Amino acid sequence: MYDAGKIVLGLAVFVGVSAFPIWYNIAAGKGAYAVQLEPPPNGTKQCVAETANGYMRAEHMHILDEWRNMVVRDGKRPKVTVDGVHYDYSLSKTCMNCHSNKEKFCDSCHTPAGVAPACWDCHVAPEDK
Amino acid sequence: MRHDRRAFLGNAAAGAMVVTSGAALTSCADTGHYEPGKGGTRWAMVVDLRKCAEHEDCRACTQACHKTHNVPDFEGDPLHEIKWIWKEPKFDHVFPSFENHPLPAHIRKKPVLVLCNHCDNPPCVRVCPTKATWRREDGIVMMDWHRCIGCRYCVVACPYGSRSFNWVNPRPYVKEMTPDFPTRMKGVVEKCTLCEKRLSQNLLPACVEACPHGALAFGNLEDPNSEVAKIVATEFTIRRKPDLGTEPEVYYVV
Repeated sequence: MYDAGKIVLGLAVFVGVSAFPIWYNIAAGKGAYAVQLEPPPNGTKQCVAETANGYMRAEHMHILDEWRNMVVRDGKRPKVTVDGVHYDYSLSKTCMNCHSNKEKFCDSCHTPAGVAPACWDCHVAPEDK
Repeated sequence: MRHDRRAFLGNAAAGAMVVTSGAALTSCADTGHYEPGKGGTRWAMVVDLRKCAEHEDCRACTQACHKTHNVPDFEGDPLHEIKWIWKEPKFDHVFPSFENHPLPAHIRKKPVLVLCNHCDNPPCVRVCPTKATWRREDGIVMMDWHRCIGCRYCVVACPYGSRSFNWVNPRPYVKEMTPDFPTRMKGVVEKCTLCEKRLSQNLLPACVEACPHGALAFGNLEDPNSEVAKIVATEFTIRRKPDLGTEPEVYYVV
């Protein structure tokens, strides 16, 4: 290979520059993030579905979609009953009643994960009241 | 009998007619058009213009509705105005085919209260490409703002101007936020939902409840004992642009 030194150096510089976001964040200590979800400020321990094993973390958006379709499209307003307590099919009335701080609950995972759900374009978060 | 080509084609055509005509007739009949007298629920509203027009400056229904549903207030800017229930300034703008002249004095120069007519045969529903708006079994022409893509076909299709488009984010213009109800976002069409959320809680629509003059009545037109059915059965009522065949469910006593 002719000019091996220059090519290898050039490649090294290229890889270094193009991988800048990765090594910069690792160097700055932002390479990994731990999600800190705030437990419900009102002390509630029971959720409308299983929270163990990341079930709620993986499925909450599907549950919300199901609730939305039931209420808006089918015009039905059933209740979720857990341990004898009835909960409405409602994001702002049920979910946000316990997880009343959107910044410390919803956003603390959505923001680092780069997810931008459109819920709050219309629905009113508790602190917007 | 000799079965020549002409006879064969004739018989084949007649056979095809017989086989397909049943399906063709039922598909024509099944346009989703509501037939009165089927029973069940058909929500309807009666506006008593005799009482309403007496109080020209009263906006109690509009205020109650707009507060309940977080309707933005653009302070009269007609480009951005969002309307759910409002007063049109002239009778003949609301009832253009009602050509009696002169009109009686109690309605002639008086504003007319208008809202979504929740048509039995709604043109807005027919044009919606995403099924973001549809006619419910109980007659409410409902909207799913999650699904609206803002194409505004429904705005064009509605012959009553009952639909408004959010050209800008409406939230900063909501004067008093009702947290139980969502706002809308930029690029979404909105209109009266006949307070379907309140109906599910056995409450009257907010406008009917707020009217201080008893000019609004609401109920199930299929139930002969309901207030609206009694008024429609005893008073002479008119509807907006009945010649269009949309079959409005808002009746006016003039």
